[in-house]
Amino acid sequence: MIVAERKPLEEILRLIDGAKTVLLTGCGGCVTVHMAGGEKEVEVLASLLRLHYKKEDKPIKILTQTVTRQCEPEYVRELADNVDKAAVVLSMGCGVGVQFIAENFPKAWVVPALNTKFAGATLEAGVWAERCGLCGECILYKTGGICPVIRCSKSLLNGPCGGSQNGKCEVDPEIDCAWQLIHDRMKDLGKLDLLLEIEPPKDWSKARDGGPRKVMREDMRF
Amino acid sequence: MKSGSNLEKVLTSGQFAVCGEMGPPQSADGKSIKKKAEYFRGYVDSVNLTDNQTAIVRLSSIASAHLLLDAGVEPVMQMTCRDRNRIAIQSDVLGAYALGIKNILAISGDHQKFGNHPQSKNVYDIDSLQLLQILKNMRDEKKFQNGEEMKVEPRLFIGAAANPFADPFEFRVLRLAKKVKAGADFIQTQGVFDVPRFKRWMEMVRDLGLPEKTFILAGIIPVRSVKALQYMKSEVAGMSVPDELIERMSKAAKPQEEGVKIAVELIQQLREIKGVHGVHIMPVMWEQVIPQLVEQAGLLPRPRFEEEQTTPAKEAPAKG
Ligand code: SF4
Ligand code: SF4
Repeated sequence: MIVAERKPLEEILRLIDGAKTVLLTGCGGCVTVHMAGGEKEVEVLASLLRLHYKKEDKPIKILTQTVTRQCEPEYVRELADNVDKAAVVLSMGCGVGVQFIAENFPKAWVVPALNTKFAGATLEAGVWAERCGLCGECILYKTGGICPVIRCSKSLLNGPCGGSQNGKCEVDPEIDCAWQLIHDRMKDLGKLDLLLEIEPPKDWSKARDGGPRKVMREDMRF
Repeated sequence: MKSGSNLEKVLTSGQFAVCGEMGPPQSADGKSIKKKAEYFRGYVDSVNLTDNQTAIVRLSSIASAHLLLDAGVEPVMQMTCRDRNRIAIQSDVLGAYALGIKNILAISGDHQKFGNHPQSKNVYDIDSLQLLQILKNMRDEKKFQNGEEMKVEPRLFIGAAANPFADPFEFRVLRLAKKVKAGADFIQTQGVFDVPRFKRWMEMVRDLGLPEKTFILAGIIPVRSVKALQYMKSEVAGMSVPDELIERMSKAAKPQEEGVKIAVELIQQLREIKGVHGVHIMPVMWEQVIPQLVEQAGLLPRPRFEEEQTTPAKEAPAKG
């Protein structure tokens, strides 16, 4: 899933400063699953904001609405009435959601309440970690299901670098060295010989480096 | 001869090579490079110029290498994969060769997190193995990474780094073999303090027949204080410093002299190991030590070869 984290309250206050009516909108997708921007988080943030403005003695109206997914047109359009009423739309969706609301409501001023971080997984309650760099040409079959593109701090495809020590990455003792993990797993699976092949330079044009990407499926189009 | 560099001549003639290393200044002070050249000229066969080492902005390794060449010392230009994509790397390689640089060392580079611009983007379009392959193809096939041909190829002596003290230990040698396959003509290792571990590593290196396919230069880091040793033990990733050495240094009445002594002993021990073709001395901020160190290690005089009439780079016609 796409993992995001709420921006600090002070920053959010700056983003909506001066608005009389704010639409705070959550998303029922990834951000609900990892509790960053679902219905509950929307209500929590709404209360915080109301409390703040009450203390400051500034009148403000906070509308709240959470849609199934902010990244699909039919759900986003459900926001139409509230968008019309609000001076600022504060989205608790990921960066995709924020943009998709803006795209669907050309006159709306839409701002993000979250910092969108990565595509990752839940390790344990309250801990999420990055797993995929969305590179456009998956090579996990070469590395035992562990991604060197995003989990090695240098995206080395023929790693490990000289900084790998005691299973940890040179960048941070809290981070596992992806190449130690790859090495150990390939060894356990009896496939170490696959790592002896020289992996050629990657075609980054398949990734974001080639420009913004789009997927089209003829079989899904009417 | 692949490049005709001095380092290549020393190594291919079967002599024990001595390489130095210099970190370019953190300013536009090109003169300091020429000044430091004095400590190396006649005492080593070539000198590495680091490429923004530990991700701190410094005078570029290309310009530094060129300045050193002008000062009569043969450079080994380091090139990391951290800051340039394949377009910039290949372009800089052509430029370096056109300026007379014949040795290049391909490395991944320290992560920018360690440097003075930790906010910068990390490039890593290619890794050090892929860079080795690109350099080899440029030289031997006259081809760019994309397969297109070039008219005048950079005739380089290609180096790679190896760290016998990093993990996973068993994989280190296999990765070295990969580097040799990719195109490494010579290897410079991480600084060796832990000789027994280095010996074990060299055994594995010999088992794979690598000393017949590449030249191996063992790393030496002369240190002048116990603090420096302790720092390396605790702070530098992929470094093994035995406690006895720290103890010995802490007891020394004259730590500088003891540091030279230790380095001399290390050189002598490493020289005895089969398959070690030379040493690579990295005097971090202590370049003045080079002359006495090399002399005391019995590595003087350095071999001399007849100067070639012209370098290929100068023969290449200038394009308007
Ligand atoms: S190889 Fe690419 S697509 Fe596959 S997990 Fe890694 S970044 Fe994602
Ligand atoms: S230590 Fe491991 S994960 Fe970190 S950069 Fe080096 S190879 Fe990659």
